[in-house]
Amino acid sequence: MSATDPAWRGISFEDRMATVDFRVGERAHITVDSDVCRSCTTKACVTACPANLFAPTANGGILFNYEECFECGTCYMVCDHDGAITWTYPDGGQGVVFHHG
Amino acid sequence: MAEGVSPGAAGPDVAGAGGSSAAGPDGAGSTSFDAIVVGAGPAGSATALALARAGRSVVMVERGPFPGSKNVYGGVVYGRVLDAIIPGWWDEVPVERWVVRRSTLMMSGTQSLSIDYRSEAWGRPPYNGMTTLRSNFDSWLATHATDAGARLLTDTVATGLVREGGRVVGVRTDRDGAVLRAKVVVACDGVNSFLAKEAGLVPPADASHHTLGVKEVLSLPREVIDERFGVTGHQGVDIEMLGCTRGIPGGGFLYTNADTVSVGVVVSLTHLAESGIRPEELVADVKDHPSIAPYLRGSTLREYAAHLIPEGGYDTMPDLTADGLVIAGDAAAMTLAAGLWLEGVNFAIGSGFAAGRAVDRAIASGDCSKLGLSSYRDDLERQFVLADHKRLRKAPALVLSDRVQHRYPGLLCDLADGMFTVTNPIPKPGGLRLTRDAAAKHGVRLWELAADTVRGMRIFG
Repeated sequence: MSATDPAWRGISFEDRMATVDFRVGERAHITVDSDVCRSCTTKACVTACPANLFAPTANGGILFNYEECFECGTCYMVCDHDGAITWTYPDGGQGVVFHHG
Repeated sequence: MAEGVSPGAAGPDVAGAGGSSAAGPDGAGSTSFDAIVVGAGPAGSATALALARAGRSVVMVERGPFPGSKNVYGGVVYGRVLDAIIPGWWDEVPVERWVVRRSTLMMSGTQSLSIDYRSEAWGRPPYNGMTTLRSNFDSWLATHATDAGARLLTDTVATGLVREGGRVVGVRTDRDGAVLRAKVVVACDGVNSFLAKEAGLVPPADASHHTLGVKEVLSLPREVIDERFGVTGHQGVDIEMLGCTRGIPGGGFLYTNADTVSVGVVVSLTHLAESGIRPEELVADVKDHPSIAPYLRGSTLREYAAHLIPEGGYDTMPDLTADGLVIAGDAAAMTLAAGLWLEGVNFAIGSGFAAGRAVDRAIASGDCSKLGLSSYRDDLERQFVLADHKRLRKAPALVLSDRVQHRYPGLLCDLADGMFTVTNPIPKPGGLRLTRDAAAKHGVRLWELAADTVRGMRIFG
């Protein structure tokens, strides 16, 4: 397989995330207040989240999925709207487990 | 981790963590220690090791199922900081490969210019740098702390500080709200340190002083890695790259593990957010560059990871102590990100061990206030942890400047191209003309080049 073969480059995002060990807890450790997000024009979280967990909705809000989160903190750091993203760690023992970090 | 206290299925057992039990003010049971260390990464384990050796009762509260499970790094662990802490550490550390070749690549389009240094001495004791897996390395260091008598409580989040009269006297945990009490809390809870935020030592969110690291670990047979990177046995390679991040300030890296290689980028968080470019696309760019792709051909993705890095440098480093509280490692922004030097784990260990010794002295003197803990900062200023940061305080601004990020990699590649492309029958151009032409092509004035050279020599010299 050549290095420029698109198949070599193009691993699907689902396959990419499937390589990561997530121990998903019951409690959503991140909450998003979509009412605040509707006034946000940049939606930086959508671009920057390395796990691609934020999706814009048709009505200008944000749909968020906490299960496959790296717990990196990018989303709340880049968010400039107070109260839009509430971020805590998952409960003890849950969340991402890196084996090759 | 054999010595670690695993809460197991029986439920909360913080009393079993080895401190003395007492009824807490909130009615819940509480357990008391000389010190609580939050986080069993390199900073936390070094802190706990220093305290346990001094005979102090200390517990490490780790939110992951094992030390290192939440941690990611980007290249090389420099181990000499361990010389005084764990003599002969290199015989037992869980190393992937010892770095004997270090390469810096300046990239532009499909060009690259590299500075490649190789040393056989780096492959022998006392070594220089190693590649490792944090799940192994952090667990190894934590075991040194537990062997010395520290307790390790895994699967437990320290959800907040417990304060009395303004001073920190313990932490709440998520194990049925159980409280741990101590004379001093040492927050080694990483780059997002919610405890340092709660104490007001660091701002709630500070994107401009953080970078995002995104990494792929790729499987390749050991022999293939040896051949492609030109190494044998336990020898390894670390390659760092500039000019490969589509104009987003930052850089790339590629390093060898035993039978995997790790490749990724580190980029400015604010510029990434503004760019509209997805992080994994930047990694794909690095992997596709003609200088990198041949190393990776045929590899398969083993693990994808991301982590933040604190990169403020000396001038934005937070207060390191409060009454009953000390911060160390990434929680205290102790990562050196100064272009030629990219170090973090060694700074975490150095700051953690110093924190442990300072806490021991404070307990001995009976004063665990901010003043009583102030010998911590003095100690760090005397050794590499803050001395290196202070010396290189202006480096992050230069390394992340527009010219270094956007113009010089291409300029240097074109300069090399002009020098080494044989254009017969046209005679070879002189060096000055080449420099002038390359500078003009990349929008750099010669006086700017001269000024940046002087600035670089002042910072790094």
